[in-house]
Amino acid sequence: MQSVVVLFVMSLIVFSMINLVGDPVDMLVNPESLPDEIERVRRDFGLDQPVYIQYWKFLTGALSGDLGNSFVFGRPALTLMAERFPATLELAVSALIIAVMIGLPLGVYAGLRPDGLGARFIMGLSVLGISIPTFWLGLMMIILFSVILGWLPVSGRGETAVFLGIESSMFTLDGLKHLAMPATNLALFKIAMVMRLARAGTTEVMAQDFIRFARAKGLSSRRIVRAHLMPNILIPIVTVLGIEFGTLIAFATVTESIFAWPGLGKLVIDAIVNLDRPIVVAYLLFVVALFLVLNLVVDIIYAVLDPRVRLQGDEG
Amino acid sequence: MTKSILNPRGFLSALAVGFAFSTSPLMAADLTVALAAEPTSMDPHYQNLTINNSMATQVYNALVLQDVNQKLIPGLAVSWTPVDDRTWEFKLRPGVKFHNGAAFAAEDVVATMKRAANVPNSPSSFATFIKGKTFEVINDLTLRVSTKKPYPFTPNDMSRIAIIDSAFVDATTEDFNTGKASFGTGPFTFSKWLPGDTLKLTRNEAYWGSAMEWDSVTVRPIGDGTTRAAALIAGDVDFIERVAPSDLPSLEKRSDVTIFKSVSNRLLYLTLHMTEEPIKPYVTDHDGKPIVSPFRDIRVRQAVSLAIHRQAIADRVMDGLSAPAGQFSPKGYIGYSASLSPDKYDPKRAKELLAEAGYKDGFKLTIHGPAGRYSNDTRILEAVAQMLSRIGIETSVETMPASVFFKRFSRGGPNKKPEFTVAMSGYANGSGEPSHPLRIFIHTKQKERGYGPGNRNGYSNAKVDKLIEDGRASMDIAVGEKAFIQATDIAMREYALVPIHHEIATWAARDGITYEHGALDSTFIHNVRAKK
Repeated sequence: MQSVVVLFVMSLIVFSMINLVGDPVDMLVNPESLPDEIERVRRDFGLDQPVYIQYWKFLTGALSGDLGNSFVFGRPALTLMAERFPATLELAVSALIIAVMIGLPLGVYAGLRPDGLGARFIMGLSVLGISIPTFWLGLMMIILFSVILGWLPVSGRGETAVFLGIESSMFTLDGLKHLAMPATNLALFKIAMVMRLARAGTTEVMAQDFIRFARAKGLSSRRIVRAHLMPNILIPIVTVLGIEFGTLIAFATVTESIFAWPGLGKLVIDAIVNLDRPIVVAYLLFVVALFLVLNLVVDIIYAVLDPRVRLQGDEG
Repeated sequence: MTKSILNPRGFLSALAVGFAFSTSPLMAADLTVALAAEPTSMDPHYQNLTINNSMATQVYNALVLQDVNQKLIPGLAVSWTPVDDRTWEFKLRPGVKFHNGAAFAAEDVVATMKRAANVPNSPSSFATFIKGKTFEVINDLTLRVSTKKPYPFTPNDMSRIAIIDSAFVDATTEDFNTGKASFGTGPFTFSKWLPGDTLKLTRNEAYWGSAMEWDSVTVRPIGDGTTRAAALIAGDVDFIERVAPSDLPSLEKRSDVTIFKSVSNRLLYLTLHMTEEPIKPYVTDHDGKPIVSPFRDIRVRQAVSLAIHRQAIADRVMDGLSAPAGQFSPKGYIGYSASLSPDKYDPKRAKELLAEAGYKDGFKLTIHGPAGRYSNDTRILEAVAQMLSRIGIETSVETMPASVFFKRFSRGGPNKKPEFTVAMSGYANGSGEPSHPLRIFIHTKQKERGYGPGNRNGYSNAKVDKLIEDGRASMDIAVGEKAFIQATDIAMREYALVPIHHEIATWAARDGITYEHGALDSTFIHNVRAKK
């Protein structure tokens, strides 16, 4: 119920704000057209109506699952987004996997030996990871891996294949090659963040009594890390990553632009530049819905990871 | 502008020079092209947009084609002649077949016109070129097109409409995007389009014109200039358009890359408000009190033009990628007047002119322009503002996104009149019709007649109007062009607009590829050829 209210308020805000900016016909109609062409487009796209009527039309459409047609492409905004979504999703999922696979072990290692040379080096890297601008790093990666070494393709999505009913470039070698750079580029900030969270969690947990007790019991350090440390540091990491996954999907725009990745980001940037209002509105609503869903998913994962949350739920 | 290590634009040069292409030598059979933009649809009649039109010319032909300088050349029509003042007769090319094997005939033209004028949801339709014309089939290979009034530009208009097989007159835009209806007569056949990713074309073995060398062509949209250049160097693509100015020096140094440059017909200009009619006051005296636009006086307009150091803008702001302009057309392009040349920088004379006009102490001015629409637009405006300040016009700059700019530029003022006193904008003649810039920008605004829709500063000269209208009514193109050049001469000497420069368009290709280029800054793949 709350979610519905949030979505409704958001639609109202987005719709009215975007109607304050410019006039789409200036961006759409070729200036060499006859003057009546401008009137025709305005009429066809319903832009001659007052904003509240346009909004009402949008709202009634939205309730039946129709968020309007793109001005630029003449096709439903939702269809266009659905076409681009898999590309963005695979980029975000790959980035998330990379972030956890690299960030977690390094962070835990740094937390276990906080004063070691390795830990300092790792933490130094994480500062770099957090502070280097994505677009700069993306271009540097292109120069190194494509131009100089010639290992990876510069841009685009590459070949896709269908596996378990999902079409993705994650299932072909060519696709993976295309995916490697943009996914790493997108993951970089997240790697650094996971590292820092894991390190902070590790140092905190390792100082606690139950770890000392486990040590006293004579458990191997491997077992301590796996059975006692990991579950305890994962909760904050999952919380943050859940939301970060949303930002990976919603704001992969910079990476997508640099690597010409055919995802949502590129669609939306073009839509903003061209005042393709239906796409912008649909996209923002999608992002709001995405975060609502992610919050829910994070709560569920909590329960799985932390028995206490589950128990309280049962009691309540 | 300083180049720090954090600014990778141009950093490409530091690292990339000296590294050879990492992949195998060019396969002559397949061509991969990276363009800065991508079409919104592969339906040739969906939107009158430069990139859409350029893609459409690869799969489809119009009756009349345009060469790289927009001169008209035979296409699906081998010849066109006026039979009387209002009628043109087109002789069609015999023996042409569509990609699906259907024979091309006059009926296809009529069907095409019916569809092209009425595509649902079109954001900018081709009706402009079709409305008011009647199409009459004389026989399979002869077609007559008549207008209500004498109209010499029917062949120009016909060069804008891609001819489709009449079997697909009711096909939807989607059918053209998926390839279900994409059967033209052009040099390439449509294979597959993945929006945002790739467009694949295959050679049309039965093409009536000169056959293409490439078995297949892959077109990829890469919006970022540096990525595009990197893709070329890395060997991912064979040909790119719009080389970023900062990457140009490094590409030029390479022996395995060829750069192509030409002065394009894209003009950047200033428009100066020149009537007494009140608009939002962006011009004031030194105390900030609004004054009537000083640009009503031709001497003040001339002073502005003389104050602009066009060569300095070309050298320092544009990295050499612009050519100072004194009129709409670059040299060698339709409508070019040999008697006009760009104003030479002369701040002394400019100051004198201001004093003669009664503005000895200058005044305060805000100039407006779009940000990110044209190459270096903001920096050009800033340079212009400094130059104007030097002659005593205390100038500040306000830029905004194009989407906001054009609305205010056209109707942001009181009564939906144009808002700005001085604004910078750009223009490129997309139609190749010589009277086009005059009709749009120079002729007195007369909305119902289609004159002066882009005339935002109130310029009006009855003699110029008459020259434009007479030229447009003469079926003899040569007579018309003479009138247009005369009109251009008068209007430019009265500073109806202040031209700044023509942008220089760039392309780059790997070894073994050549590109035929002219005044158009858009890219035509059929002009990308293998070096003999």
